[in-house]
Amino acid sequence: MEKSIKFEKDLNLEATELRLGLPGTKESEKQTPSAIKSNKRVLPDMSEECGYEDNSNVSHVKKCDQEVAPPAKAQVVGWPPVRSYRKNCFQAKKMEAETTGMYVKVSMDGAPYLRKIDLKVYKGYPELLKALEDMFKFSVGKYSEREGYNGSEFVPTYEDKDGDWMLVGDVPWDMFISSCKRMRIMKGSEARGLGCAV
Amino acid sequence: MKMMMGSSFPEEVLEHVFSFIERDKDRNAISTVCQSWYEIERWSRRRVFVGNCYAVSPAILIKRFPDVRCLELKGKPHFADFNLVPEGWGAYVAPWIAAASSAYPWLEEIRLKRMVIPDDSLELISKSFKNFKVLVLSSCEGFSTEGLAAIAANCRNLRELDLRESEVEDLNQSSGHWLSHFPDNYTSLVSLNIACLNSDVSFTALERLVGRCPNLRTLRLNRAVPLDRLAILLRRAPQLVELGTGEASDLRPDVLSNLSGAFSRLTSLNLSYAATIQSSDLIKLVSQCQNLQKLWVLDYIEDLGLEALAASCKDLRELRVFPSEPFGVEPNVLLTEQGLVSVSEGCPKLHSVLYFCRQMSNDALRTIARNRPNMTRFRLCIIEPRTPDYLTLESLDMGFGAIVEHCKDLRRLSLSGLLTDRVFEYIGTYGKKLEMLSVAFAGDSDLGLHHILSGCENLRKLEIRDCPFGDKALLANAAKLETMRSLWMSSCSVSFGACKLLGQKMPMLNVEVIDERGPPDSRPESCPVEKLYIYRTVSGPRLDMPGFVWTKDEDSALGLS
Repeated sequence: MEKSIKFEKDLNLEATELRLGLPGTKESEKQTPSAIKSNKRVLPDMSEECGYEDNSNVSHVKKCDQEVAPPAKAQVVGWPPVRSYRKNCFQAKKMEAETTGMYVKVSMDGAPYLRKIDLKVYKGYPELLKALEDMFKFSVGKYSEREGYNGSEFVPTYEDKDGDWMLVGDVPWDMFISSCKRMRIMKGSEARGLGCAV
Repeated sequence: MKMMMGSSFPEEVLEHVFSFIERDKDRNAISTVCQSWYEIERWSRRRVFVGNCYAVSPAILIKRFPDVRCLELKGKPHFADFNLVPEGWGAYVAPWIAAASSAYPWLEEIRLKRMVIPDDSLELISKSFKNFKVLVLSSCEGFSTEGLAAIAANCRNLRELDLRESEVEDLNQSSGHWLSHFPDNYTSLVSLNIACLNSDVSFTALERLVGRCPNLRTLRLNRAVPLDRLAILLRRAPQLVELGTGEASDLRPDVLSNLSGAFSRLTSLNLSYAATIQSSDLIKLVSQCQNLQKLWVLDYIEDLGLEALAASCKDLRELRVFPSEPFGVEPNVLLTEQGLVSVSEGCPKLHSVLYFCRQMSNDALRTIARNRPNMTRFRLCIIEPRTPDYLTLESLDMGFGAIVEHCKDLRRLSLSGLLTDRVFEYIGTYGKKLEMLSVAFAGDSDLGLHHILSGCENLRKLEIRDCPFGDKALLANAAKLETMRSLWMSSCSVSFGACKLLGQKMPMLNVEVIDERGPPDSRPESCPVEKLYIYRTVSGPRLDMPGFVWTKDEDSALGLS
């Protein structure tokens, strides 16, 4: 069957596959170094940055939980010892990477599996929401800044770089696509609570 | 044998003899022979280096050395580079420039590092020193392109303008790009480094400048200059030997081949900004630079590229490999300890290394040490703190121990990875020539610090962060601190009480407690301070301290104000 031959290059297949990292990024043969993790920080947005295929999503999730512990959350100031103007240069590289696609996982409460979408493909929130509605067969209700989403039991949310869950639509689009790690379409009373919050 | 007194030689003869003595250490030695030698030496000293601008005052400098032509000053501690020193800490150069402008009309060279220099000072420089030739601003801030325009417009004899790693505010002047302020008849440029500028450079002005300066040897450009334009510049200035590029995002094979002749002449190459050159292109590029002595590059070069480097660049002396994704947890490139081992094997003159990586082993460090006993600067940064030897999961004590043991001329060392007090024992035992040591997330107890302070005879600068070092070692080695330029400790366990004691007992030291949480005496004395900066000085506590810095009060013997 074709799919096994084109496995690595076939983006469509990878879009629905449960994996971390950007599609098309180089897979290294090396094992990840078994560094003793200090309880210090790992930036929560690493799942986007690393081009690694993590064999065990479960273990990665566990790692994330550890990272959420209070002292580990913040990046250590001045470490690694890299000058700030060098960090700017990485920004350029990141933007370069971003032009090759920005896939985030989308889950919906009650749905049996996740989907992956490329945020780069959409010009703004209306397009994104329409695509989500089509993908998951639901309606998202009307968005207002004050009241969030009204008129539906579904509310689109996303996890940002700081690990916080935010309402989709609150921040400018560009800020959203650069900070969105993954999305979750909440349903039911939990959703209503969030939807009404300002 | 009759003793020849200094005064039996005419002064002019002694002065002539002294003119061959250039090193500060040697001149300092001559000046202690007798009073007349002291006098002759001080009148003839032309080059002064002040390693800590707060160790001495402009007045004291001018009083002793009345005719200085080259002045070099350093300000903030090194860790300021990594945002550990709060804004407004100090290192203001304005008082120095003001004093020099009247005292040293023949001043030719000013070199500043980690200092704050306003546009007014730049303008003062451009107007006060008729023979001004060299301005180097390394990691400085506080100025804008307006100041640069003044330098360009007024310094007729300028040879070198080097803004390496400084922060420059771009004011987008209506009077035209600052580069165009160099007059048309200005042709003396030898070296230009504007790599740090964020803004666009006027390519026309740059090309014209490069075209009319036949002595131009060094050109370091910023991000905004694309590689094909670089080719144009290189054709205009074929005598260039040092080059640094901008983004080089369009490093196409045809562009590369156009430049290949130029590349083979290069002795210094800085590609550490070029985030988009892929590994294979880097390898091609580097393989053409057989005369390369210095390479700064991103880790996109990977182990394979470093192997190629080791094979092609036999004259390599300095290598710096920077991380492309310093905040990534997983490696994004195939760069390991192997790359550094290859270079240490293949490049016999390699003596200066700065290497960021994610894994290291004691084995590799031992191999590097044995390969390169001529190493003088070894700075290793394993990105994740406290990372052990990835093969044995042990600490890296032995590996770094091998480095200090075999590299007997090692002057600078930066440690990383999992390290116990043991490594400091090795450093104290073997690091006899060590002048600067950087430590982070290492050690177990005060014993570690004690080993360094009691063992490293030539230690001048020690900077420590996030280590469990406290009062004991510091107080036990207080006298050592007067033999050093400075000590920085942050996120350690030194108490405010110990700082006060040190300040009281050691009048020749400024003990600065940097604490943004508020006055340290609002907390118990046993409370550890956030940051501590201790340096020797002959000019007493400084007068320009911001609110978050505390030091001993001159008037009060006991209290800290």
